[in-house]
Amino acid sequence: MSSDEITRREVLVLTAATGGLLAGGQLMWGPVSPAAAQDAASTPTPLEVMLRINGKEHRLTLDPRTTLLDAVREHLHLTGSKKGCGLGQCGACTVLMDGKRVKSCLSLAALMEGREITTIEGLAQGEVLHPLQAAFIERDAFQCGYCTSGQIMAGVACINEGHAGSPEEIREWMSGNLCRCGAYDHIVAAIQDAAAAPSATQGG
Amino acid sequence: MHPFTLERPRDLPAALAFGAQAGRNDAPAEYIAGGTDMVQLLQEYVRRPDRLISLAGLLDNRVEIGPQGLRLGAAATMADVAAHPRIIEQFPVISEALLNSASPQVRNQATMGGNLLQRTRCPYFRDVGYAACNKRAPGSGCAAVGGENRWHAVLGTSEHCIAANPSDLAVALVALGASVEVRRAGGDRTVPLAEFHRLPGDAPHLETVLEPGEVITAITVPASPMARRSHYLKVRDRASFEFAVVSAAVALDMDGGTIRQARVALGGVGTKPWRVPRVEAALAGGGLDPAALRRAAALAADGAQGRGHNDFKIELMQRAIVRAVEIAGARA
Ligand SMILES: Cc1cc2nc3c(=O)[nH]c(=O)nc-3n(C[C@H](O)[C@H](O)[C@H](O)COP(=O)(O)OP(=O)(O)OC[C@H]3O[C@@H](n4cnc5c(N)ncnc54)[C@H](O)[C@@H]3O)c2cc1C
Ligand code: SF4
Ligand code: FES
Ligand code: FES
Repeated sequence: MSSDEITRREVLVLTAATGGLLAGGQLMWGPVSPAAAQDAASTPTPLEVMLRINGKEHRLTLDPRTTLLDAVREHLHLTGSKKGCGLGQCGACTVLMDGKRVKSCLSLAALMEGREITTIEGLAQGEVLHPLQAAFIERDAFQCGYCTSGQIMAGVACINEGHAGSPEEIREWMSGNLCRCGAYDHIVAAIQDAAAAPSATQGG
Repeated sequence: MHPFTLERPRDLPAALAFGAQAGRNDAPAEYIAGGTDMVQLLQEYVRRPDRLISLAGLLDNRVEIGPQGLRLGAAATMADVAAHPRIIEQFPVISEALLNSASPQVRNQATMGGNLLQRTRCPYFRDVGYAACNKRAPGSGCAAVGGENRWHAVLGTSEHCIAANPSDLAVALVALGASVEVRRAGGDRTVPLAEFHRLPGDAPHLETVLEPGEVITAITVPASPMARRSHYLKVRDRASFEFAVVSAAVALDMDGGTIRQARVALGGVGTKPWRVPRVEAALAGGGLDPAALRRAAALAADGAQGRGHNDFKIELMQRAIVRAVEIAGARA
């Protein structure tokens, strides 16, 4: 199939499964620091870091400044997790750490040794999407898709924590995830659907 | 980020030996716990330490409740403390303050010690594009006095700094008379939370009484029946995921409809977590009728000074006290 034959539905499937369309990552709100260039000159001593991501061990040599988000995106090429703000404010980078949702842009990768990290790429069981991924497609719960992998990871945790009892509760407990396209109504509906599905608490 | 050496010490004595110090922008070595504030400050070049000392795995993360009261290990997360059933039952003001802070993700990462030591949200402090900030660069002036100061403090300010302390947790804790347990290589000491943060005065870059090499190991809250009838009211610019414009923590000891004793502290308005003993004294012995509550709350404005955009906080904080006392008073 040539790329122009890809239907909107297939695009949505791809986005919900891997956040894969915007693999470039910095398309939207990527912060550019003028000071970053200066500091490249004085690179600190790299560290050996063992990370456990989606059930697999990875030995990496990292600059200590590397965040968990940059480690998964730039070193492991798992580009589903997105960098929106890089400052903890948007939730696009949400992953699970030992089953709990965290903002990967606020964690230094070298301090994540011994933790079990799950990213959006680790959510589906083979070809079978997680019920929340399926619900996002069913409910058309995104437009541009940039926030989607973070929304899904946070939503999975929200359901597992038992905080998806009502639309109001979902809105409160999903408040760490912003959607610039304003797809909130559909996101809430998708989380409600998945919370009601029998197998919703599997995976992650 | 400015380059730093990341130390991952094996035990606490090894961590203390680096002489790291929190709450000072010129400290060459600083700790990192949950990282939720530290990484932000590093990313924005507000903090440029040469060394970062990880506290991961080195500090107690337990929550203990006994006849003496409550003990929160410094490494306990905001999420775990907020969800603890006995804290919800016996210290609701603590759980409420935490659940109204940050986002579920941040609460899973952030620790008790880091929360008390988070830096101000003053936008000039957090933007190195502004030269004038006495807290970030001592002696450089203060861009907020005469600048955009809607978010800033009205109590405990000086002409050198009007930054508000941003922690919701600290407001609840100071109302309950909490203390901070501190360890250094030579031994331990206990500091009342009310004396832990410094007023800005003419040295706003010195934020706490911590000395180089000291860490927070725990927070203790004395047992008190008042803590059960407590409430945290947070007023903010959006319904969730936002810092306080104004907040009030209240704990009451009631005898029928009469307030026997009260504890009241304010957030968003003080340069440190701000307890208001005169309001507490005026509430004691009175009832819950609105006029009496308003009269007592008015005493919070004693010494308050607005700087233009934040003038509204002086009235708003009084209303927050009244509402919080009404809600706590209605609790069983
Ligand atoms: C998006 C966002 C929204 C937020 N909203 C709110 C809010 O509404 N209300 C609120 O109260 N807070 C809010 N916060 C702040 C949050 O509560 C703090 O960032 C967090 O509590 C800091 O804890 P930490 O363990 O991550 O600390 P770190 O970031 O690791 O450290 C913070 C400071 O504490 C020092 N430190 C940490 N532990 C110790 C210790 N044991 N002994 C000595 N020094 C130590 C570090 O050296 C550093 O100076 C928000 C944060 C973010 C990112
Ligand atoms: S209020 Fe304090 S932190 Fe803000 S600019 Fe002035 S000196 Fe800096
Ligand atoms: S990238 Fe925005 S919260 Fe992490
Ligand atoms: S779908 Fe575009 S930001 Fe949420």
